[in-house]
Amino acid sequence: MNGIHDMGGMHGFGPIAPEPGEAVFHETWERRMFGLRRAMTSPPGFSIDRFRFLRETMPPAIYLTWSYYEHWYFATALSLLQAGMITIDELRTGRAAAGRPKRNDAMRPADVDHAMRAGGKFARAVNTPPRFSLGQAVAARNLNPTGHTRLPRYARGKRGLIHHWHGGHVFPDSSARGGGECPQHLYTVMFSARELWGGDAAPNDKVYLDLWESYLDPT
Amino acid sequence: MAQDHPHDHEHLVGQVPSDPALRIKALESVLLELGLVDPATIDAWIETYETRIGPHNGAKVVARAWVDPAYRQRLLADGSAAIAEMDLLGVQGQHMVVVENTPSVHNLVVCTLCSCYPWPLLGLPPRWYKSAPYRSRAVMDPRSVLREFGVELSPDVEIRVWDSTAEIRYLVLPERPPGTEKMSEGDLASLVTRDAMIGTARVGPPSTRTP
Repeated sequence: MNGIHDMGGMHGFGPIAPEPGEAVFHETWERRMFGLRRAMTSPPGFSIDRFRFLRETMPPAIYLTWSYYEHWYFATALSLLQAGMITIDELRTGRAAAGRPKRNDAMRPADVDHAMRAGGKFARAVNTPPRFSLGQAVAARNLNPTGHTRLPRYARGKRGLIHHWHGGHVFPDSSARGGGECPQHLYTVMFSARELWGGDAAPNDKVYLDLWESYLDPT
Repeated sequence: MAQDHPHDHEHLVGQVPSDPALRIKALESVLLELGLVDPATIDAWIETYETRIGPHNGAKVVARAWVDPAYRQRLLADGSAAIAEMDLLGVQGQHMVVVENTPSVHNLVVCTLCSCYPWPLLGLPPRWYKSAPYRSRAVMDPRSVLREFGVELSPDVEIRVWDSTAEIRYLVLPERPPGTEKMSEGDLASLVTRDAMIGTARVGPPSTRTP
């Protein structure tokens, strides 16, 4: 979706503010939200792509004013609401409604190390050969889906060169809507800064994006 | 998967406590009551990323590449395999690509769409990396971004910006500073900063190192 999250190339957000000696978490609730997200039982069919997509559906003014772990709260709470696993009253009061069954299959502390080491692998076999070869000229398609996509607006319609082929990877546009992993070939595509931003960009600068096969056309 | 209900958004933002501490405490309390989370598991995740996982992991990889040319070659050819040799892959960093800074090429890593970051090597991202100013500007005007971090590059240095749009995670292999030829791998690792591995800093010689 063409949301506020797609920030590449926007003006007006002001200077970057690095904090020397920054702590991992600034607030106790940030720490809790991080741990809760990693430890909790997710709704069936939930995925990292669904998580990102729900963050993108935040109203833009909220997206810009809520901080990173508040985004996590929003997407987590919304996913539970949509799955019927929690109610708005429960989110408001912090108390489970009377008579709700209690599960006993949550992740245990002893599972954390394995989940940290082994989790998050997205390479998948794809049974068709890759459509593009290294060095081939391609153009990013001009796609404007209302659902999740990882093709940023600033690259749409722009021409680049295939820099690397990563094999098959889970396709987020499908995974985010609960449509299955539908893996596709994934490529790193090199764009010149001038192709993306015009003649004022430095002549040798480049921007590299990881793009799935269905985002690309040959030129 | 349930369909999206736009009204859920208004519901959520308008009806939950406005204080994030209360909002998140309420969520945790309900999930605990429903048996959807074990608080000890929450603590274990927090502890993992506050103590065990952080930029010191990435620094070990960089220092190894500086002292071992064969490792450097393997790292640049197949980042995941070379990092697996040091047992440093993990969630949000299973598919790794390492890009090398040289006198003529400077690399910078960003995620314009969210805040993708190589957790196993650098820990959780700093606030500025997740912020709108960095995400909006790094791809379009990397030189102004670098200038704000005190890195001034000659116009003939090629900047390569890596926008983390998939599950590939990027680590910058910074240039080894001069005057470190006799340093051990462990001492070299202590010179390598988080920002140098994102590409918003260079590694200075030992006497000028900044935290």
